[in-house]
Amino acid sequence: MNTSYQYSYTNIEELLEILVEKGFIAPATEQQHATVIGRRQVQSSDLAFVTVAPEAARHLILDLRDRFGFTHLVLLTAVDYIEEGKFLLTYLLHNYELHHDIGVQVPIGREAAEAGASMESIHDLWAQAGTYQRELKEMFGIDFPGSPRVDEPFILEGWDEVPPMRREFDTKQYSETTYFPRPGRSTNDPADYMRQKLYPKE
Amino acid sequence: MSTDINKEDTQTQQESIRQVVEAMGEYPGAADASDPQLFCEARPKVEKPFRGVFEKFLNWARANSLWVLGFGTGCGAIELRPLMTSRFDASRFGVAGRPTPRQSSVFIIGGYASVKTLKRIVRSYEQMQNPKFVIALGSCTINGGMYWDSYNTINRIDQYIPVDVYITGCMPRPEAILAGFVKLQELIKAGRGEKANEYAEHFDWYKANQKKVIKDWDMPDYNW
Repeated sequence: MNTSYQYSYTNIEELLEILVEKGFIAPATEQQHATVIGRRQVQSSDLAFVTVAPEAARHLILDLRDRFGFTHLVLLTAVDYIEEGKFLLTYLLHNYELHHDIGVQVPIGREAAEAGASMESIHDLWAQAGTYQRELKEMFGIDFPGSPRVDEPFILEGWDEVPPMRREFDTKQYSETTYFPRPGRSTNDPADYMRQKLYPKE
Repeated sequence: MSTDINKEDTQTQQESIRQVVEAMGEYPGAADASDPQLFCEARPKVEKPFRGVFEKFLNWARANSLWVLGFGTGCGAIELRPLMTSRFDASRFGVAGRPTPRQSSVFIIGGYASVKTLKRIVRSYEQMQNPKFVIALGSCTINGGMYWDSYNTINRIDQYIPVDVYITGCMPRPEAILAGFVKLQELIKAGRGEKANEYAEHFDWYKANQKKVIKDWDMPDYNW
């Protein structure tokens, strides 16, 4: 199995041990927070997540692609940890021979002023990563210098506000002030409704 | 032999296009014949309906030949496909699909409209010829529906283009859409399908609303 690649492994724990030997991640520890560098988490027999520093991420991803057989980029996405001032980029890779997935998570700074909100581009490893990076630039304001057409609008044409997927952007308030809400909208909490229906006297 | 015929045809076509463009020169907004502009930028005008029996006859004809623009905006477009099949058979009501705004009289807004789509909706609507009618499907066109607090989806389509008939539901079934077509026919036959004139009358208000949300406005203010 898996003979065409430099490192052969059969289960995901074995893969993580090799990554520990190579110094990408810390040895097995208790559950840590997702943005802590060195964290490892095995979710199931075919899915694991590792957290690495931004400088090491491209090296690790290239290794996983060329030496471990993770030839498919499933997705590239970001999560906004506004309380910690961090974005967590997630590169999900797939191994077609073993049908294993590994998520490489990379915490980067949130604000451009603190030399953050920027990440090395991987559009030369997978061409489709350029589209993901364009989307991240528009939705989160994360810059990927050198990525093709990264500054062009992707979905939002002429957007001049805070990137809408950042958590400081108040989408409800923006919608109310921009899109002429029709008055008279009311919401019904299911719990309240059932309480009134079942116990009308209380 | 055949190439000669084609050549002649092309020359005749070019000649007729030149004549049309020259004729358009009399109207404001049209370009001169040397620079043929394929649309007219002049403001829309209110076209008063005729009176009496003739207008009634026209309305009867309009109501029975509702040609729908094949522009599927939002998820409601999926409900229009069964409408054309034998089960629901919308052609009973004179409803047919058309590939271009120039030939259509009914624009169906099929649900939610993002700002990017709204730009295309406005442009297609303006390119349709009078009289034109708009049917709005689903909650999203009425008050935003489940996208009421979205940063990129408009709440009320009637702030941007006039709407003749709303069909409620999320999504409405094909039966409901047929009922909407029947309602639209009733309105037209009663002489109440004059929303295109309303658009011309309140043109500035509609245009201000459109420009409020479409921030990269890079098209003419009106085009047909």
